[in-house]
Amino acid sequence: MSQTFKIRKGYDIKLVGEAAPSDLGQHNAATYAVSPLDFPGITPKLAVKAGVKVSAGDTLFFDKDRPEVKICAPVSGEVAEIKRGAKRKILAVLLLADSDISYAKHGAFDFAKGDREAAAAHFANTGVGALITSRPYGVVASMNEQPRDIFVNGIQSGPLNGDLNIQLEGQEAAVAAGIKALALMTTGKVYVSHDADQAPVAALQVEGATHSKFSGKHPKGLVGTQIAKTAPINKGDTVWTVNAIDLPIIGRAFLSGEYAPEYKVAIVGSKAMNTGYATMRQGVSLASFVSANINTDNTRIIAGDVLTGAKVEADGFLTFGKSQLTAIPEGNTTEFFGWVLPGFGKFSTNRAFWGWLFPNRKYDLDTNMHGEERAFVVSGEYEKFIPMDIFPQQLLRSILIRDIEKMEQLGIYEVVPEDFAIAEVACTSKLPLQQIVRDGLNDLRKEMI
Amino acid sequence: MKFVQNIFDQTRPLVEKDGKRNILYPLHNALETMAFVPDHTTHSGAHVRDAIDLKRTMVTVIFAMVPALLFGMWNIGRLHYAAIGEEAALFDSFLFGALKMLPLIIVTYAAGLGVEIFFSWKRNHPVNEGFLVSGLLIPMIMPVDIPLWMVAVSTIFAVLIGKEVFGGTGMNLLNPALTARAFAFFAYPTWMSGDKVWVNTKGGEVVDGFSGATALGDLATTVGQGMGNPATEAVMAQFGAGGHYSLMNAFLGLIPGSIGETSAFLILLGGLFLVFKGVGSWKIMLSFFLGGLVMAGIFNAFAVNEFMGLNPIHQLMLGGFMFGMVFMATDPVSAAQTETGKYIYGFLAGFFGIMIRVFNPAYPEGIMLAILFMNVMAPLIDYYVVEANIKRRAKRVAHA
Repeated sequence: MSQTFKIRKGYDIKLVGEAAPSDLGQHNAATYAVSPLDFPGITPKLAVKAGVKVSAGDTLFFDKDRPEVKICAPVSGEVAEIKRGAKRKILAVLLLADSDISYAKHGAFDFAKGDREAAAAHFANTGVGALITSRPYGVVASMNEQPRDIFVNGIQSGPLNGDLNIQLEGQEAAVAAGIKALALMTTGKVYVSHDADQAPVAALQVEGATHSKFSGKHPKGLVGTQIAKTAPINKGDTVWTVNAIDLPIIGRAFLSGEYAPEYKVAIVGSKAMNTGYATMRQGVSLASFVSANINTDNTRIIAGDVLTGAKVEADGFLTFGKSQLTAIPEGNTTEFFGWVLPGFGKFSTNRAFWGWLFPNRKYDLDTNMHGEERAFVVSGEYEKFIPMDIFPQQLLRSILIRDIEKMEQLGIYEVVPEDFAIAEVACTSKLPLQQIVRDGLNDLRKEMI
Repeated sequence: MKFVQNIFDQTRPLVEKDGKRNILYPLHNALETMAFVPDHTTHSGAHVRDAIDLKRTMVTVIFAMVPALLFGMWNIGRLHYAAIGEEAALFDSFLFGALKMLPLIIVTYAAGLGVEIFFSWKRNHPVNEGFLVSGLLIPMIMPVDIPLWMVAVSTIFAVLIGKEVFGGTGMNLLNPALTARAFAFFAYPTWMSGDKVWVNTKGGEVVDGFSGATALGDLATTVGQGMGNPATEAVMAQFGAGGHYSLMNAFLGLIPGSIGETSAFLILLGGLFLVFKGVGSWKIMLSFFLGGLVMAGIFNAFAVNEFMGLNPIHQLMLGGFMFGMVFMATDPVSAAQTETGKYIYGFLAGFFGIMIRVFNPAYPEGIMLAILFMNVMAPLIDYYVVEANIKRRAKRVAHA
């Protein structure tokens, strides 16, 4: 039946403040925001102006180079403002939400008759196509691509990640429809991954997909790891990746034609006054929720987990595609001779501090860098956290010197920034590995298209 | 610790960009980040970070060197008093050695950090921690009586040519500490070899029969004399049980040599500490040891002179083999950087080290030359290891 892969390289960062299985209710707000910056690989072109009325599922902006990549409104209401930065760069589209959400009429998808072309149009027009990430470059997928395979990531093993069994509860039908829709888009397989170390997620036991199990350490929950183990990406391949938590949104768009990007967001972290799950839509203004549930005194609020999440302000908006809010202390304090002291209480993946004597201790980590940036000095460090057949340091060096051919040879097609996240945490030289990989992928993409 | 912070805060305007003492900014920054782990927070990528930084890595290596360093100090004094035929208490020997050693350490740090700070200022980047270790390694691999200016010149050469011209810490091809020693070795050979430089004999008459030669220096005299030659009998007797260079003495370090290199036991202890802390590569240490053992074993099997015939384990306890294995070959920057490459690099360094030492008795310190040679070869080893990965990937594309 399904294959089980054991992930031995990696690290589970154990933090305090995991989500209690409690329901924190529904959170709505008067304003919503959709930011083009949340969509890698997009040059936004607006489809709306300030002042117009939109329904949920109407296109707000699309990619200049690939107009079929559309980003849609999460709610209905009025476009309040187009926020712009330097050189008139679009920072966000702000929406004033209606109290009763009306949906753009895309119609239910007819699975009996619908072919790939019809499905592609439905994906693009309803806005759920933006939930799909395309590799090798790790950008929002275009529905004109022909993916070799589609990988659905059903494992949430990152720090303080929520429990999919709670987050997908009661959405079995929509999940099944989502898988069915995805299957129409590829001539290859739809893979669904499962965490062998957790209770199986009921909603993900669907037919029409190839199931594989992963056990061991994080990054088993990164789809890059799962691809590398099941069917690695080669030069010339395109594959799509989807997070299991997005399946109900895709499914609903196909069952009813409505774009309703709503998640049970896991509220976690040592600075969260109430941990649990709150139901909210993408782009919702977080101000009132944060003031009620998070201690904002010197706090870093992160949409997503501490490895790959995006920083949000206390009066910010829920970042696209994120179903977790992590609140941890800021680490803006100095420490007297911290590098010499034994450091029994310090978090380190390295035995140079004595904290490794307590492998099961949970840490209340802050955002301090614990040092300054340096050149590559230590070798063999990143390899311990990246369970792929690549040479991370050599790949990073090839990116830094902008050697496109070497990047290709060393397997840049197989990685996206998040695959380097644990290595970035562990890096002795404090180098921005994820940013380096992102830059490399951008350069490569520019070169190729 | 508020007052320490205040000192840094008050002096900062002087050294900042428009300040009068801008050239001292790197020094100010280095001292400040040494006293206080800075309050910098993450701004891109992962939001939390490991407590480790380069300072921690480097200070761990220094901790590992301390036992061998303290022993080296004591050994200087012990040999000195033995040479002039005086009885001395343990503490007196140690004090004598410490007073010899401290100026060496201070001069090395001053010379090396001076160059580093100058380059940091010129290149506008913070001072790297690499020299914290190099600056202690250099005096430990020098003979006790080397003039301080030679140490300074060697250190400056090593930091300048061995490191900074390549771009500084992390970019260097050669191990800086060994570069310093190689420079001193070839520039001032009379101060770096022979049988007069290893033991300080000033301040008294040398007693009859005392030899300040190193074990390897004595062994070199047996080359070309064949096995079992009566002429070499007196030398080889020193290597037997109870002899001057007996296996036990060599293991404990009670023999003349460079200051920190003699005690195989304490160096191994430091090595275990490094492996245990995950800072030193056990792959390099193990393969280095095996490489040396294999070469010494081959020599032993085909022994045509007493040097080759020496028991392989005894061979490895002499000279700089252990010190090179634990503290020199493992330098992560100049060693091979791929995990497979580390085995090859370590093995060949140990292998060639013993080979050079025995085949060319004029260079008893073959280990130094072998490690430097393998430093140069390491990128080539890595190249082939990485190339294998590239081929594997290309093959996968071809089959897909």
